[in-house]
Amino acid sequence: VVYSDLIRERFRHPRYQGRLERPDAAFEDVNPLCGDRIRIECRIADGRLADARHRGDSCAICVASADVLLERAIGEPLDLASRLTTGDLLERLEADVRASRIRCVTLPLTVLQGALDGREVAR
Amino acid sequence: MSSVGEGCRADFPILQRVVNGSLLDYLDSAASSQKPRQVIEAVSGYYERNHANVHRSIHTLGEEATELYEGGRDAVRAFVGARSREEIIFTRGTTEAINLVAQCVGRTLQARDEIIVTEMEHHSNLIPWQMACRDRGAILKAVPVIGEGFLDMEAFGRLLSPRTRLVAVAHVSNVLGTINPVADLVRQSHEAGALVLLDGAQGAPHLALDLAAMGADFYAFSGHKMLGPTGIGVLYGRREVLEELEPAWGGGEMIKEVWIDHAQWNDLPWRFEPGTPPIAGVVGLRAAVEYLGKLGMERVASHERDLTGRCLDALERIPGVTLYGPRNPEIKGAVVAFNVEGIHPHDGAAILDERGIAVRAGHHCAQPLMKRLGIAGTLRASFSVYNTPAEVERLAEAVKGLRGAL
Repeated sequence: VVYSDLIRERFRHPRYQGRLERPDAAFEDVNPLCGDRIRIECRIADGRLADARHRGDSCAICVASADVLLERAIGEPLDLASRLTTGDLLERLEADVRASRIRCVTLPLTVLQGALDGREVAR
Repeated sequence: MSSVGEGCRADFPILQRVVNGSLLDYLDSAASSQKPRQVIEAVSGYYERNHANVHRSIHTLGEEATELYEGGRDAVRAFVGARSREEIIFTRGTTEAINLVAQCVGRTLQARDEIIVTEMEHHSNLIPWQMACRDRGAILKAVPVIGEGFLDMEAFGRLLSPRTRLVAVAHVSNVLGTINPVADLVRQSHEAGALVLLDGAQGAPHLALDLAAMGADFYAFSGHKMLGPTGIGVLYGRREVLEELEPAWGGGEMIKEVWIDHAQWNDLPWRFEPGTPPIAGVVGLRAAVEYLGKLGMERVASHERDLTGRCLDALERIPGVTLYGPRNPEIKGAVVAFNVEGIHPHDGAAILDERGIAVRAGHHCAQPLMKRLGIAGTLRASFSVYNTPAEVERLAEAVKGLRGAL
């Protein structure tokens, strides 16, 4: 099943969706396959990802992926937060995501990494 | 094969497929159509009996292959109503056909020359012109889309100028379905001294064509959207215009005589077909246009208009559904783009797929149009000769369930 209960739940009631006032790091990118867009804003303190929020216009898998990613990454040292893998997310999403939708899972991952690498784009 | 709809479904083996427990409802023909047995057998028969390289082999198979390849050109010429076989150039598809023109015409552009496109173009009729303009310091302008999804023809009139070298427009929009007013576009462009290229990817599969009467200088289309194989497409070019163009690409077959430092080009149409062409693709395309010809393109168009009308009526009544493009099926191609409130198009398509219904979702390679509409993407149902009213009903039934599906 593409849409696990966890994906449905996190799409309906995301826990880390929103924005941060004056974030320390942020990044935004699109999935060229479908035009989905996601932005992640981060607060950094003492070498750790102190807080983060995601927002954008994207599908249920992408929203759920961003949500479980931030849940896992917040509180972690930056080097660990930026080394999380697609495998980590798939496990947490409890879903068998097909190859055609795997970019929906990985987009938040590359956006978080972009933010932590210090990339910011003005769009 | 007897007639459109139910009467020809038996010709398409893939329609017997069961997908996720349901018999396939294939409503994605605008992306790529399915193939009748006649096309599949023509291609495999060619490889089993006749294959050799064309034009250069003197042996029997070489002659047969050449005859099949050039016979395909004659069949396509007749199907689209071109004046002569020299006007039919085989390419890999619509994209390559447009790139071919963009390269040939692009080379002749001067700084400040202008190319006009529209906001509803598929990327394949936009990016090649962006590249040509960038290379030559030329200027790209776009006709706005207004109302239900029509070209702003007043704005077009204002954009045309003595500096306009070429106008590149979709015959039929792959998202809105709008059939653009090509007679007007061609007349006004020619009066301004500009060439006209029509992207016929969504036109040739669905409308009876008379390219000689239409008057466009170029018309590009793909085999795979009109029951033919992938990897074969056509660039129609008006002979007088083709005669004046330098070839885009060099290689074997496109020359008459070669010296170490120069060469003399071959005659039309081979001048634009370097290298070994997609012979099997042409054999398949010929079978496809013969198949469509037997069904009759007027009947095909009327069948698809009927399905489009039924689809618009059914979806319009479903709460939460937004439709894009003209509501009147009489002025619309065989596509219906829509969104369902609260459901991302990709999620919608995945849920429909669970019921064996194949539709397209996303930006449909028309991101400027998506930006114009203020959306990231849409769902899109599209129809071909083998689709039926029952499939439209099943689609509508499934769409009703989408709003609360996640």
